[in-house]
Amino acid sequence: MPNFIMSYLGSRVTPGEAGNQFWALMYVLIIFAGVSVAVIAMNWIERKALAHFQVRLGPMRVGPHGLLQPFADALKLMLKEDIIPAEADQFVFWVAPLIGLLTAFTVYTVIPFGPSQAVSDMNIGILFMLGVSSLGVLGIVVAGWASNSHYPLIGALRSSAQMVSYEVAMGLAVVSAILMTSMNEKGTGTLSMIGIVQAQQQQGVWFIFKFFPLGLLAFVIFAIAMIAETNRAPFDLAEAESELTAGYHTEYSGLRWSLFMLAEYAAMIAVSSIAVTLWLGGWMRPFPNLLKAPAWEFIFSLFPGFTFFGLAAIAFLGVARMPAHSFFKIQRIGLAVFAALLGFFALLLLVIAVAGRSADTSLAARFNEGIDYVYWFVLKVAVFMYLFIWYRATWPRYRFDQLMKIGWKVMLPISLGVLMVTAIVGVIVS
Amino acid sequence: MSDGTNDASNRGLSSLDRSNLDLETPDKTYLDSNELIINMGPQHPATHGVLRVILKLDGEKVLGTECVIGYLHRGVEKIAENRTYTMFNPYVDRMDYCAAVSNGLGYCEAVEKLMNVEAPPRAKYIRVILTELNRIASHQLWLGTHALDIGAMTPLFYTFRDREEILKIFEKYCGARLTTHAFRIGGCQYETYAGFEKEVKNFLTFFAPKIDEYEALLTTNRIWLERTKNVGVISAADCVALGVTGPVLRASGVQWDLRKAQPYAAYSEFDFEIPIGTNGDTYDRYLVRMEEMRQSMRIIEQAVNRIPEGPIMGKVPKVIKPPVGEIYHSIEAPKGELGYFIVSDGSTQPYRLRVRPPSFVNLQALDIMVRGLLVADVVAVIGTIDIVLGEVDR
Amino acid sequence: MAEEVKTPAPPPPPEGEKKPTAEKPPAAASAEPAKPAAPAKPAGPVPVPWTSPLVEKYRSQYGSGLEAQTYLGQNYLTVDRALIPDILRLLRDEEQFDYCVDITAVHYPKREKQFDVVWILYSFPRNERVRVKTQIADGASIPSSVPIWPTANWLEREVYDMFGIMFDGHPDLKRILLPDSWKGHPLRKDYGILQQDKEWVQINLGIESGQ
Repeated sequence: MPNFIMSYLGSRVTPGEAGNQFWALMYVLIIFAGVSVAVIAMNWIERKALAHFQVRLGPMRVGPHGLLQPFADALKLMLKEDIIPAEADQFVFWVAPLIGLLTAFTVYTVIPFGPSQAVSDMNIGILFMLGVSSLGVLGIVVAGWASNSHYPLIGALRSSAQMVSYEVAMGLAVVSAILMTSMNEKGTGTLSMIGIVQAQQQQGVWFIFKFFPLGLLAFVIFAIAMIAETNRAPFDLAEAESELTAGYHTEYSGLRWSLFMLAEYAAMIAVSSIAVTLWLGGWMRPFPNLLKAPAWEFIFSLFPGFTFFGLAAIAFLGVARMPAHSFFKIQRIGLAVFAALLGFFALLLLVIAVAGRSADTSLAARFNEGIDYVYWFVLKVAVFMYLFIWYRATWPRYRFDQLMKIGWKVMLPISLGVLMVTAIVGVIVS
Repeated sequence: MSDGTNDASNRGLSSLDRSNLDLETPDKTYLDSNELIINMGPQHPATHGVLRVILKLDGEKVLGTECVIGYLHRGVEKIAENRTYTMFNPYVDRMDYCAAVSNGLGYCEAVEKLMNVEAPPRAKYIRVILTELNRIASHQLWLGTHALDIGAMTPLFYTFRDREEILKIFEKYCGARLTTHAFRIGGCQYETYAGFEKEVKNFLTFFAPKIDEYEALLTTNRIWLERTKNVGVISAADCVALGVTGPVLRASGVQWDLRKAQPYAAYSEFDFEIPIGTNGDTYDRYLVRMEEMRQSMRIIEQAVNRIPEGPIMGKVPKVIKPPVGEIYHSIEAPKGELGYFIVSDGSTQPYRLRVRPPSFVNLQALDIMVRGLLVADVVAVIGTIDIVLGEVDR
Repeated sequence: MAEEVKTPAPPPPPEGEKKPTAEKPPAAASAEPAKPAAPAKPAGPVPVPWTSPLVEKYRSQYGSGLEAQTYLGQNYLTVDRALIPDILRLLRDEEQFDYCVDITAVHYPKREKQFDVVWILYSFPRNERVRVKTQIADGASIPSSVPIWPTANWLEREVYDMFGIMFDGHPDLKRILLPDSWKGHPLRKDYGILQQDKEWVQINLGIESGQ
């Protein structure tokens, strides 16, 4: 048994490929924990960032600078009365958020955090992702139907119509990225997520820059479509408060509602990961070809540690700026402990980076590599998350017919055009 | 909608065909013939107060609306018949509570006219400065809430934050931020506080880049343009026929502002422009109000630099007893023509005091403006007319 | 009609506006310290006849049914109820009073014709305001101005709501500010300020009226 466990550590393949169920399960648990932490962090960042955009502070009281606010919200939602409308279909009402959650989390099995840091590298990875995320629409429709009230039903139908429309443009943009993977000597492309990133590695260019401006255009189309997929601003008419229909999750309260929010954030992270994988080089660090020297490798491997040092420094700054009043004593202590934890983690990362510099096959080196891969991937996804929040703060929302018009009359033709031109250019160039 | 003849029956202004409406239970859905009656109830985040709008829809298109108002009716006109003129002064602030200073100005000037007295020049200048500050504050509130209804959350916080500076000036001047009761019959009661001019000038320098900030967020934003252009169009002829005044009228192309047409309270001494629009849609009303804020700043700048010295209260007796007669006096409030029709019977209490509220008359135009629009636009149009229910219902 | 307002020439100054400083308020005299024999108050502003081409034209047309006066610089016509729709229509069509500012009423319970219905009109091209008043008895109705100015719709509904004056030909005459089943018309002088429709409050709000 221990052999089964330990034998995987030496390999450089995903647990799925190695057929190692134990490590697959471990990876699933790690990803689940990671996504949960990410959703909690995202909740906090959204409230704080939105607040700062709006010249206010956001949560400040529940924990230093509101850091414990997501936990307080989760606790509150769990303790709320579970209201199910009497006329609602009980089983379907219960199962609807689970469908959304299931589909949102299932896609994480193929997301590549590194060349072997994925649960399973299916050779139809991207197809799997698109297919499973499309199933999320079912959760929304079922939720609207189960509520047995015509406002949620209308909202659910609208949300689903919106998601379905933008999936077409999304899919076409994805196809043009896939096409680019086949622009190598052998002419073989790949649908596997890890393969796509490796194709970018081999071709020496992130697909966003390939065949400029085609790659950029495809990326932009996908970036817009993914906002509409996840029902975020400016395409959030279905859940806006000032519209007549209050959205598919009107009748849900407490924990069930929080499951919808969880599914929404998880879906946001999932589609951002697709964008990062397909166009932004996945786990690759910036300038892999331009700055090739080992010295540069070392510098870039210090980034994770320095990022956490930066976060720790900001937290310590927060501690210093808090008023020196007895009311704030607990908050100061709490924030100082948090900052210390961040600093300690930073130190750990730096030690690993330094230790893994020299040898190529030592455990520290492998660990270091793995951390770097995950770090760059998560950093790029985090940029997208911030952009989601930025869009929400800045822009008004589109009316539903304008939204559909954009999806069908603007995005679809452009993505078709990009696909065709990519194909033509690819043939000409090769 | 305007077809050359002035006959009302041609304009499609007849109210909803009542035979189809079951208004006793408006939440009932009629699923035959695609017509749906939806109730935007008195409590709704986007109706700016307690306004009930019953929409008759064909799918998502609006066929007609009916506004049910009166939820905030407090009987102000009846109360006026039982209060002396001076006692009634604080009541007028509560009507358009977002722009209380204008209400007070209209009322005080109407009674002054009835009494045949005039406020001294210094009082007039102070009145102009405060009224224009009040206009900016009212437009800021409008901008924040209107943008919020359309989905842009951020301008709300920016405008409310900047509005605080104006409210600080009001508070220092008369002690209140919202319902200011700033003026008295015959002039102003309070002398300007030490540092008033300086603070007003500071506000002007503070605020000038802020308008540009609001415009940067919205004016050229593609989503804003798509949500507001050609939405809620009303022609100039319809505006005049419906009695719509204020920025709504000006955005439809009629260059008419009571401050220029029938100047009151020292406005004739200042140099400012009246912005007009061309299309009469929501976007034009937005541009007109933004430009009005700039013009208000211009007026304040001119006024604050040359406030004349002198008394602030005219020769008004202690007991205000206007002679028998009637008067109608109106001013250009931020929302339109605010008029007071006062009938005096020689006693200390008005015999009849009628307030001509701009929001009430402007709200009538809602029906015309939303025909053929989608449901999501109804909210935008209600916001763009800029109503305050306190004034609609009094 | 509105196009004429867009001309760059400034609108003509309001006609008939007298400078208020010409007449001193009579009340000032009474504020003086008490004299043994208080002097007679100087005559305050009184309505003076209003002469203008418009008035001449209508007077020749309608004779005695029409009276034109000016008080404190504001012109008003007092017309007989029989002339009402015609005069208003003429004012709109011929004299270009295209904007109906307000419609309201005043209640004089001691008079035989208890109600004064007042139209306040404004002309954009002429930059002039005029009031048209008529007197009607309690229970009488008056032709609606909705065919002339669509804005009269809600304005007349409010007059009906507050005074009980019926307007013939109004498309939808029902209460506007008060609930539909309210009894009584509050702005009448016989509707006390402390009185309210107790029955309505009892049925709809479920409380005893606090008055």
